[in-house]
Amino acid sequence: MRYCLIEGARLLDPANNLDTVADVYIADGKIQAIGHKPAAGEIETSINGAGKLLIPGLIDLGAHLAEPGFSQKGSIATETKAAARSGFTHICALPDTKPVTDSSAVVQLIQEKAAQAGYAEVMPLGAATQGLQGEQLANMFSLTEAGCPALSNARQPIKDSYVLQRVMEYAATYGIRLFLSANDTTLADGCMHAGPTATRMGLDGIAETAETIALAQILLMAEQTGVQLHISQISCARSINMLQQARERGINVTADVPLANLVYTDEAVNGYNSQFNVLPVLRSEADRQALLTAVNNGELAISSNHRPHEIAAKKAPFSDAEPGMSLFDCFLPLALKLIAAGELEWNAFIKATSQIPATVIDLAGIGLAEGNYFNAALVDVDATVDLSQLYSKGENIPCADEALSGVVNALFVNGAQVL
Amino acid sequence: MTHSPHQLQLTEDGRLKHFLTTEGLSKALLTEILDTADSFISTQERSVKKVPLLRGKTVVNLFFENSTRTRSTFELAAKRLSADILNLDISKSATSKGETLMDTLWNLEAMYSDMFVVRHADSGAAHFIAEHVTPNVAIINAGDGRHAHPTQAMLDMLTIRRHKDSIEGKVVAIVGDILHSRVARSQIHALRTLGAAEVRVIGPGTLLPNDIEAIGAKPFYRMEDGLKDCDVVIMLRLQKERMQNALLPSEGEFFKLYGLTEQKLLLAKPDAIVMHPGPINRGVEIESAVADGNQSVILNQVSYGIAVRMAVMAMAMSGQQQSANLITNEEA
Repeated sequence: MRYCLIEGARLLDPANNLDTVADVYIADGKIQAIGHKPAAGEIETSINGAGKLLIPGLIDLGAHLAEPGFSQKGSIATETKAAARSGFTHICALPDTKPVTDSSAVVQLIQEKAAQAGYAEVMPLGAATQGLQGEQLANMFSLTEAGCPALSNARQPIKDSYVLQRVMEYAATYGIRLFLSANDTTLADGCMHAGPTATRMGLDGIAETAETIALAQILLMAEQTGVQLHISQISCARSINMLQQARERGINVTADVPLANLVYTDEAVNGYNSQFNVLPVLRSEADRQALLTAVNNGELAISSNHRPHEIAAKKAPFSDAEPGMSLFDCFLPLALKLIAAGELEWNAFIKATSQIPATVIDLAGIGLAEGNYFNAALVDVDATVDLSQLYSKGENIPCADEALSGVVNALFVNGAQVL
Repeated sequence: MTHSPHQLQLTEDGRLKHFLTTEGLSKALLTEILDTADSFISTQERSVKKVPLLRGKTVVNLFFENSTRTRSTFELAAKRLSADILNLDISKSATSKGETLMDTLWNLEAMYSDMFVVRHADSGAAHFIAEHVTPNVAIINAGDGRHAHPTQAMLDMLTIRRHKDSIEGKVVAIVGDILHSRVARSQIHALRTLGAAEVRVIGPGTLLPNDIEAIGAKPFYRMEDGLKDCDVVIMLRLQKERMQNALLPSEGEFFKLYGLTEQKLLLAKPDAIVMHPGPINRGVEIESAVADGNQSVILNQVSYGIAVRMAVMAMAMSGQQQSANLITNEEA
């Protein structure tokens, strides 16, 4: 057997109780040995990991890859390359593409493009309703057969409670997991968090009740239907309490928070910087702290909510700019900033970006353990990242002027080195 | 890199170069605007009303939202400063994409304009334009969304100062649709900076932002409480569409609860003045007897509006020129 050796890196993986400096031997795409030399075989390649961290590959539960349909914003190749820069090995692509991911053909197209690009493994989230119109059920069973790990309506509204209930009932029948965003669109007519900053700036605010009212409805229906439920992109403290109470009632529900909501608050909108026009909106410092606590307690996954845009999409007065941040190029550096500030724990970060997401989408064999496929990133935590050079086609990066550190020196997806 | 509006609108040595908002400007600078406007009031009373401060300069009235009154006063102010003026009314649909808005700006810059007076339906639009035009073009905000209408606020400050001697220590009540009012926001910032003792906002919960205290105003839901012992009562215009958006039941009920009548005005100080940015909806925000009564200074506000706009335009252009000279000198 011919091995690839990662030599002397600090291995960090809470799922396997790992925090140790050890050698890792990889062959046939899998981890053959950790900390001891295999009895037979020879070293074909070796990578010096001294002074660096080896962490499990990151798994994203929600990103917009812009393809098909939005070639001016990005492509699966450009966006997965940018994702690789932050250590992502698996990405759930949201279905609001053009055409919408509501047919097996689009699912297949995305998978093929991702395979051609050769970076992260892309798992398309199928549309829960046809065309994401929120009126008719999509071919939900066929979409999961085509390879969708779950179905989602992105942030598009479902017409009414009747349709939402039917979506859940149908999904529950076949054990299909739903990714739902809690967002009452009749209350969400705004472009930032409803708070003192919005009042001062004269911008339409979205109150937290736009999220919590919708969440309450979803949780009650999940309880009734027994659907496998994941809440995408929560943004406020109250939602965490509601999720905790739901779990206490026996509802099996997971959730994620976009990284931007852990890093920034609504005050980032001061100065009308349209890069901070995002959905869900950035909320108060109290919300940010509550979300960080939930992540540190292992209650939430962290998603990228990556959404690349061309310059023109953001070059407009704040409320006219298209919402979204290009986050892949700076996901890991921003997370490391939180870790360096003592706000986010290393183990909690890995759990929130790898272990919990893997559980949500039933991805087996993830983590740094012998026998698992080798999905991992070798990270130089102290190296300064050069954000003047972006891999994503999106120009809407929120931290281009910041000095950030955290460089992925090598990334392995199912044993293949892609970066 | 973006800047907060108050950083963006000042030169390095603290002079005005754009006028985007009253927020964050110093008391000294706001007072300078009022003093300069005061001096222009006297020039308006002469038979020859023009002064040559903007001679040879081109001012573009860039209105993405209709406003005959505001546009006319800016036009008159520019003409009285001897500027050449171009009026452009651009429908929002024509510039719904930022790219098109930028195209419009670049075209106007290519015509060597010196100043844009901007009215736009989006909060922050004037700020956006100030950030993206080339240096040395002064931007005057003539109203952006719900955010700011700083010249209207300053003409109100001038009105208060001329009728009450000073703004310091005064209790001012602003009544009506605070939620959608750019005028109210600019007034609150200016009043706080200029030393008003208390700024009250009065209206129903649907028209008062939850966090209005954060910008220094005290909310009242009943006229009877809010008007008590006020020195100044500022009534805001009520847009008819507020009735259609479930914010109010009817004009009649609004007038009953928040319309300024002679009887309600008795709650304020006996020498309180009554203001309104106009145009007035008689019988909706205010009854005719009050609008035309001896405590009303509504028509004076209109006259002062031209002087304030002249002052702001002259000061911004002067600040721009000084910046340009500094750059030229550094290059030399």
